[in-house]
Amino acid sequence: MVVVAGVGAVWSLVKNPNVEWGIVRHYFVDGLVTNGVLVTLYLTFIAMAIGIVGGTAMAVMRLSENPVVSAFARFYIWFFRGTPILIQIIFWGYAGAIYPKVMIGIPFTHVTWFTAESSSLITPMLAAILSLGLNEIAYFAEIVRGGISGVSKGQTEAAYSLGLTPGATTRRIVLPQAMRIIVPPTGNEVLTMLKETSLVSVIAGRDLMTAVQQIYSQNYQVIPLLVVGGLWYLILTSVLSVPQRALERRFGRSTVSAGTSGVRRMLFGTRQRARP
Amino acid sequence: MVLQRGEPLVVAHNVHKRFGSNEVLKGISLSVSVGEVVCLLGPSGSGKSTFLRCINHLEKVDAGSIEVGGRFVGYERRSNELIELPRRKIAQQRANIGMVFQQFNLFPHLTALENVTLAPTRVKGLSRVAAEAAGRELLQRMGLVDKADAYPAQLSGGQQQRVAIARALAMSPELMLFDEPTSALDPELVGEVLAAMRQLAREGMTMVVVTHEMQFAREVADVVIFMDGGVIVEMGTPAEVLDAAKEDRTRAFLSRVRRGPSDQTVETGGDA
Repeated sequence: MVVVAGVGAVWSLVKNPNVEWGIVRHYFVDGLVTNGVLVTLYLTFIAMAIGIVGGTAMAVMRLSENPVVSAFARFYIWFFRGTPILIQIIFWGYAGAIYPKVMIGIPFTHVTWFTAESSSLITPMLAAILSLGLNEIAYFAEIVRGGISGVSKGQTEAAYSLGLTPGATTRRIVLPQAMRIIVPPTGNEVLTMLKETSLVSVIAGRDLMTAVQQIYSQNYQVIPLLVVGGLWYLILTSVLSVPQRALERRFGRSTVSAGTSGVRRMLFGTRQRARP
Repeated sequence: MVLQRGEPLVVAHNVHKRFGSNEVLKGISLSVSVGEVVCLLGPSGSGKSTFLRCINHLEKVDAGSIEVGGRFVGYERRSNELIELPRRKIAQQRANIGMVFQQFNLFPHLTALENVTLAPTRVKGLSRVAAEAAGRELLQRMGLVDKADAYPAQLSGGQQQRVAIARALAMSPELMLFDEPTSALDPELVGEVLAAMRQLAREGMTMVVVTHEMQFAREVADVVIFMDGGVIVEMGTPAEVLDAAKEDRTRAFLSRVRRGPSDQTVETGGDA
């Protein structure tokens, strides 16, 4: 039933003259659109890179014993997760309205070494990168924190007892094991980010969605161009889920289990039997 | 500082420790000499594991002091106060104290050999080649030379615990702490771990062992200490404490333990 209904829905769309497949085919490879695809990919990778590096650092800060450091991380995560990404994007896009000029110098004196107009400094592209990247730091920090918390306390204690410093313990013992827990949701984050970049169209971020909007605002072929955009996003998400699966296989390696109960105890906690 | 056999290596003075409102250690004082094997016995909750963890500063002490090799572990004395050291300094001190855990705590993402060589290369700055040669020798001593490239999940509990002992020995510690090293093992695997520990004791290693293995304590220990309720109830040679205990609490505990291993082999919470 469901399959029949699904096939029917797709078929009605394929045969629907209002979709204008000729136009879809034409704009699918339009220069503005393909350039938008590249920008979308670029934004996704840059924002994720910022998110992964910054988010890992933020998670370590969040778990720090230093109350000031931990409070800062907590505030950051609270703030960026608690406000809509759309607001953050528009905010960075219009940052120039709040601080029209950027100066580098000694505060409260007339000594300045560098002055620039914010609007020329924060281009739509930079605003897009900043908003998506800073936002991703907050989300990724929570993923890493979950991963770190999933590594048993005994691992840290064993490392400490061998004389490893807290930093070395985090890098060599905790993070590699946390990877197993971190990698699967990271794949989801990449796919979410890829689609989230479409929001930067509100500040003319030159991405795929911006291109599609620009074209249909001129020729009013809204539906065909949305189909163009949708198809491209589908292709990109499908391609990106391939390395995700490879990564999951790689980091799943050390979980191969042998049969003795001692091993099960080590993996699943004290005196607990694994399910058959 | 190199101490001679018989000189005090661990000196604990009036150690107090509380978790919230629960005072777990109520003034523990003892001394362990170089080359001595001390077994800590006592019912669960008696504070013996907590005390062991205070020795290498996995737990902070609330009052009193513990010195290892003439230095406070985790603290330094300034005027008349003990100030906690920076964590980097504490790490250096811990490098001289090996510890073996009840749950083994091997690093599951590293092979047996990598588990053994990690600290020598990272902490002592040994070259990879030198560390691996020493690591293989240690694994051989533990009867595990063919398991060097196995991951912990591929080893039995007894093998894992022997790797854990090799890992601790790789730092050439002056003191080894054992926290119920055989309690998580299946009964048939206990013997191989105890044999490794016996060998270590024969070689003159200073050891503090929290254990329920009476036979091991009787054969290997120089001093047996019975703890209950956060205090040392009785301490002496194995013969004095295990065969001629003066205190009622010690005798009651020993008779409970002797009444049979039946309750020790029961697996709880399992649907097999």
